[in-house]
Amino acid sequence: MATNDSTTNVKRLQVRRYKPEENPETHYLNQEKGLWAWLTTVDHKKIGLMYLGSIAFFFFIGGVLALLLRTELLTPARSFMDADVYNQVFTLHGAIMIFFFLIPAGPAVLGNFILPLQLGAKDVAFPRLNLASFYIYVIGALFTLFAIVTGGVDTGWTFYTPYSATTGGNVMAMTLGIFILGFSSILTGLNFIVTIHKMRAPGITWNKLPLNMWGLYATSIIQILATPVLAITLLLLTMERALGIGIFDPALGGDPVLYQHFFWFYSHPAVYIMIVPGFGIISEVISTFSRKIIFGYWAIALSSLAIAFIGFLVWGHHMFTAGQSSLANMVFSFLTFLVGIPTGIKIFNWLATMYRGSIDMKTPMVYAMVFLFLFTIGGFTGIMLGALSVDIHLHDTYYVVAHFHYVMMGGMVMAFLAGLHYWWPKMFGKMYSEFWAKVSLALLFVGFNMTFLPQFVMGSQGMPRRYFNYIDQFQSFHQFSTIGAYIMGVAFLLMAGYMLHSLLRGKPASSNPWGSRALEWQTASPPDLHNFHHTPVVINGPYDYHKPMSEFQLGIATSHNGHHAGEAVDVSKTEKEQA
Amino acid sequence: MSQTSSTEEKLDHLKHYFVDSDQQFEASKMGMWVFLVTEILFFGGLFVAYIVYRSWYPELYLLASEELDTFWGAVNTAVLIGSSLTVAMAIRSAQLNQIKGLIINLWITIGLACTFMVIKYFEYSEKFAKGILPGSAYSYDGVEHEKANIFFSIYYMMTGLHGIHVLIGIGLMIWLVFKAKKKVFHSGYYTPVEITGLYWHLVDVIWIFLFPLLYLID
Repeated sequence: MATNDSTTNVKRLQVRRYKPEENPETHYLNQEKGLWAWLTTVDHKKIGLMYLGSIAFFFFIGGVLALLLRTELLTPARSFMDADVYNQVFTLHGAIMIFFFLIPAGPAVLGNFILPLQLGAKDVAFPRLNLASFYIYVIGALFTLFAIVTGGVDTGWTFYTPYSATTGGNVMAMTLGIFILGFSSILTGLNFIVTIHKMRAPGITWNKLPLNMWGLYATSIIQILATPVLAITLLLLTMERALGIGIFDPALGGDPVLYQHFFWFYSHPAVYIMIVPGFGIISEVISTFSRKIIFGYWAIALSSLAIAFIGFLVWGHHMFTAGQSSLANMVFSFLTFLVGIPTGIKIFNWLATMYRGSIDMKTPMVYAMVFLFLFTIGGFTGIMLGALSVDIHLHDTYYVVAHFHYVMMGGMVMAFLAGLHYWWPKMFGKMYSEFWAKVSLALLFVGFNMTFLPQFVMGSQGMPRRYFNYIDQFQSFHQFSTIGAYIMGVAFLLMAGYMLHSLLRGKPASSNPWGSRALEWQTASPPDLHNFHHTPVVINGPYDYHKPMSEFQLGIATSHNGHHAGEAVDVSKTEKEQA
Repeated sequence: MSQTSSTEEKLDHLKHYFVDSDQQFEASKMGMWVFLVTEILFFGGLFVAYIVYRSWYPELYLLASEELDTFWGAVNTAVLIGSSLTVAMAIRSAQLNQIKGLIINLWITIGLACTFMVIKYFEYSEKFAKGILPGSAYSYDGVEHEKANIFFSIYYMMTGLHGIHVLIGIGLMIWLVFKAKKKVFHSGYYTPVEITGLYWHLVDVIWIFLFPLLYLID
């Protein structure tokens, strides 16, 4: 397969073009049959789909909880639930959406499915570990469900001490559940880092790595560096409740602000675990639908790493009002502003990619544009919250809630949906209805802004977050917000409808319906269980739309796909060598 | 494992999604290194708690540390360093295809790890008898400091988590012995031995930090 040149160490590969098979009869969805084959599969694509099913379930639960909260807030006084129930519902909404939906949505669902395909690998480096991480996620989820049915949790998703060390309910089961969940996240990150380093197909050098891979790489670094700190924090909190070790509980001589430092050292980087995979998805989608090489490849790639790095240094901005020294406040405020720079670099590069491209307004592209719009609002309001004097006024108000939802829902959920619509044909080999997808997207956009724009206004006028009651002057804002939430609910139901229809009755998708140059589109839809029948060879960058498609479908010409290094070499000599 | 392909190379261990043994070995080793990074951050949280409380109450640490037995701590340090040597010798044996040596070295390592745990058990029970219990059960009044319980909470969390890692290491090495007896390992494939060795060195290194920080400060 390869010869060593006598003088240099250059490997020589004989390549040929492999046109992807259209609508194959056997693919990864039907090569192994039965429930047991699904539950024990080590295939990264199926594991990705199992994660997709799980997070869809949790997104539904979290969404219903959100609608309950919004319904309760229709009137200033009690509408239909008690204050205690209200506290439990907002805690669960936050904890479920963050730990069970947002964190796995990027890496574990879309990352798992796409990463080996984009690298031209047959699987991730540790497929059994990948399956284990799924079951660890399931066990963590069961712990959390157990916590819900045995008394609930009313601490908010941040579990601040001393309240979390003393309140009733089953905080221990909840924190243990999230502790376990953390290992799922760590193992996924570990798997991705090793896969990206060691399993790239011939020709995929670091400067030909798709930007989605750079996004996942940066995310994985955060996952392996930050999540263990959350694990030890929650373990200490669990021990605080179980044994009263006194490290965080002031009644025993401990320090509750220390808990906040520990918690945010993880949880601030964690918001980048949620959003950075979204940046990768947006880069893919914008380049594909602009039919144009991405603008500023290295700027986008390195800004992901810069965000991962700076993200570790800003946790103190959650504690501006918690009695931190004013010097620490100033430093953290300054560092917080710095995060805006790599994020801004990305936004401008995406806009420059679209500039003079031949933009095709398919659903994923519209999602990407919605992302740009909403995420920019979320980002700028984040800068305002990072400013010390403004934060004193806005801290713990609906302004923070609105900012967070603009970044997480307007940012990550839109990016996730862009990616889901973009890769849906690859996942299932079916197309969805463009018309209904756009209707749902329009409803989502209107509903989202109706829900959260009024919250900026309310927050700046002093409406505190997490309150069960409010004064009458905020009622019209709250009602507007609630109506927006209902519209979003309708949009998501519509989405579930057309996606289900696509699965059952959808038109078959071609191997590359968007005309993308990226490697995952150069195999059948849905792909074979082993992704490629050949070993792909890459000679161009993933966004080189000015080069012909044939140059993106190359693979090693021999049948053994690069296995069995001992076999005879079958590279034909060049004319020069023969002469 | 950098030397490849003699003609009768055994390839039973090679997973289908890797191109060759080298790639598989490199991937596994890198995976272990990344895992060790997460372990360091996991313990890092406890080290930060240690540092924060020590900077607030330096005199507490000096007083409470006198309760710890430096002699047995030192013995345990020697035991663990010795076990790191034997686990390295086990890897060497595997590289040289000496399966008997591999098994013997693994048994010695397991023995030393158990010695460590036994000594730790006696240390713990001596403290429990005095009333130095973790958390709110603390009832010892030999340390004249109101936050003495917090020092011992940190002590128990650090050494306890470390002890759990030692137990996991013992389990892993027993599993390796069974594998070695089944003739799974040879000079062309000893990845599990290598990466368990890496893990064991980390467990050792963490103790090398714990010992002076907890025992030697008085």
